Amino acid sequence: MSRDQITNILVCGIGGQGVMTATEILAEAAIAEGHDVKKTEVAGMAQRGGVVTSHLRFGRKVLSPQIEPGTVNVLLGFEGAEALRWSHYLRPDGLALVNNAKLVPPVVELGLFDYPEDPAGQMRAAGRRVVSFDAMSIARELGEVRLGNTVMLGAIADYLPFAPDVLLACIVKRFARKGETVVAANRRAFAAGREAVARQLGATVGTPA
Amino acid sequence: MAAVMQQLATPPAASRLLLSGNEAVARAVWESGVRVAAAYPGTPATEIIESLARYPDLHAEWSVNEKVSMEVALGASMTGARAFCAMKHVGLNVASDCLMTMTITGAYGGLVIAVADDVGMSSSQNEQDSRFWGRFAHIPVLEPADSQEAYEMTKYAFALSEQYETPVLLRLTTRICHVKGLVNAGEREAHEPAGFIKNPQRWVMVPAHAKTRIPGLFQRDETLRGVAETSPLNILEAGTDRRVGFVASGPAYMHVKEAFPDAPVLKLGFSYPWPPEKLRALAAMCDKLLVVEETEQLLETEVKAAGIACHGKDVLPRMGELSPQVLSPAVDRLLGRTPPPEAAPATPMKVFPRPPTLCASCPHMGIYYTLSQIKNLIVTGDIGCYTLGAGHPWNALDTTICMGATMGVALGIDKGRGAVDKHKRILAVIGDSTFMHMGMQGLLDITYNKGNITVLLLDNNTTGMTGGQATPASGKDIHGKEAPRVDLAKVVEALGVANEHIKTVDPYELPVLFKTIREEIKFEGPSVIIARRPCVLIDEFKPFRPYLVEEDKCTGCGNCIEVGCPAIHVTRREKAIKPSGREVELAFVTIDNQACTGCGLCVQPCAPDAIQHVPRRDIPIHIVKT
Repeated sequence: MSRDQITNILVCGIGGQGVMTATEILAEAAIAEGHDVKKTEVAGMAQRGGVVTSHLRFGRKVLSPQIEPGTVNVLLGFEGAEALRWSHYLRPDGLALVNNAKLVPPVVELGLFDYPEDPAGQMRAAGRRVVSFDAMSIARELGEVRLGNTVMLGAIADYLPFAPDVLLACIVKRFARKGETVVAANRRAFAAGREAVARQLGATVGTPA
Repeated sequence: MAAVMQQLATPPAASRLLLSGNEAVARAVWESGVRVAAAYPGTPATEIIESLARYPDLHAEWSVNEKVSMEVALGASMTGARAFCAMKHVGLNVASDCLMTMTITGAYGGLVIAVADDVGMSSSQNEQDSRFWGRFAHIPVLEPADSQEAYEMTKYAFALSEQYETPVLLRLTTRICHVKGLVNAGEREAHEPAGFIKNPQRWVMVPAHAKTRIPGLFQRDETLRGVAETSPLNILEAGTDRRVGFVASGPAYMHVKEAFPDAPVLKLGFSYPWPPEKLRALAAMCDKLLVVEETEQLLETEVKAAGIACHGKDVLPRMGELSPQVLSPAVDRLLGRTPPPEAAPATPMKVFPRPPTLCASCPHMGIYYTLSQIKNLIVTGDIGCYTLGAGHPWNALDTTICMGATMGVALGIDKGRGAVDKHKRILAVIGDSTFMHMGMQGLLDITYNKGNITVLLLDNNTTGMTGGQATPASGKDIHGKEAPRVDLAKVVEALGVANEHIKTVDPYELPVLFKTIREEIKFEGPSVIIARRPCVLIDEFKPFRPYLVEEDKCTGCGNCIEVGCPAIHVTRREKAIKPSGREVELAFVTIDNQACTGCGLCVQPCAPDAIQHVPRRDIPIHIVKT
């Protein structure tokens, strides 16, 4: 990805999952790298358990703030069905990194609609490049479910047009005032997220794509 | 959010900041030396005043409604202070009574109104185009296209306002308000008010005075047209591909530049009055002229009326947001080209809808679960989270129009109904913040005109839908500091509701709630039931000990699902034949104890007592109170 091009990152999930904060940290990393940045989401009713998407565009000069269907470089999905819902935003060569959490809304529990059986599989069947992993289990193994968002950021770290350390530095900066223990836990979560994706893609952590 | 707002931190020093359009406007308002800034919360404009509340040296307030916020700003301007108010598009409807006369008095201290249009309707009951107010009220309209411009134009707006003694409309849209971009910020400049000067010819708007000032409005329009003609905010970019030239403002400009980087564009930042000569210059340099504007066919109509041939809504949509992918095929049509097949938008996968829901433990759930159990009700509703009562599983709300409309609509249904509706009971639902915004007058109309209405006043101690802003009934001001707390029961009584028909209930106690509603709807006359419980998203809400489902006891009846709580999940479904021979579907459930905050609403309809508190040792760490 050259500097003249615009990188489009779409982060999706459900109100309350931390989608907007994760995108904010990604934006900070892009700024640290000297990019022009635009980040947008539709808020308002979204925090009531509704769909949340956060659009991040960066490059030399960003004009339109919205990402359009078929133009996403990396889709970071915080929830399986939500990743499926937004998968048509991916470029043909785009990559979807999906936390396979399953958050079932009341309309499904009421029997009005069905939850897809295998969202990631459905995306693969449609020809998408998908890596799915269980960010919450990884976080739980590290001893704290709240590390899930850092696992997600670790997952995308090797698929950005800058070094993973730039993103890690922004995470560390955010948690610095919470003390060394919290920072160390986030470093481990970040590394675990990178590892989870690399393992599936057969890549080695440390060589950014 | 409330906790954040309590801090009056030192604002970041002048530097390059990542700010949303709302934050950029707030920063510029503060830097412009504004003394008074007022608003009623409304998406997508809420965060302007929310951010301003964190800046020192100015009075920021949540006003009870947009009209009052504008009047407060006008009063401040009369003293020579710089003043500001912000609102969403529908808020300006409420404030328009003030606006239409304030334009005649004009501003003294710089007076700027930020209005945010919810283009695409992410959180509004309509999609209206606030640019019309510039024409209607004869005031200039500025339209930024990103955060940096929002910042710069806000500062310019105060200078413009003072130079021409006019209120200035800063027109934003969702994609300005809620887009973060980099902003080069500065520092606050002092702006000491010159002082209030008695001048009845200017400030007392009786016919004799207003008549002498109205010609000034038309004069001001002409002067400002000249200003727009030379304004650096209106840029004519010559381009190289002259087949189609574009006129655009706000986010539409960004979409045009992205889709057609080589085309001539007239970017209108000072969009009303618009500059006719610049437009003619653009028209002369291209084969076809396309006016790109979101929602209404406004500028296009005016351009055509000025004798300049152009296209617009003949190829572009009349509602919703524009984007490069919307513009490209439209221009293809204009040029008589067939769009290439790869330009077709990708097809979305079929996934269930995920509408917004009420939160776990939301007090409104108890209300709508109860209303869904009562027959022969007409329920009028209002604007707030409780509008979600119209959705599944409750389907318990029949109307929603605008702020406070529940009262008047209910009274109208009562007075207008014929024999076919006589047996029905009419119930008006309204939230505490909406009640104080515009509902009190409606209730007065109900009591004065002897309406047979039961009002359900949902007091959750905050303005919930916009993220938990303080109200006069929450006992806190915009900074979270203690403020006089209005007693809603006393207000209701003062408005003429008989004391014995004002009931206060706990929306978590379903039997009492049910009984109280049943009693009051039978009463022939106005009654008010105040349902009081804090919104789960504010500090006042303290979670309770969560519940679980004892699997062996659950009979799959599904009663708890009808409460509508997002923490209840179905584990398996089975078909069963009832003794009557009817086939039913059973749904066995579990409760997500990370999400459950123990309101106990689902416990009450559970016949087999399968829902029990989680054992104390398993209480998640986020629960502080048991």
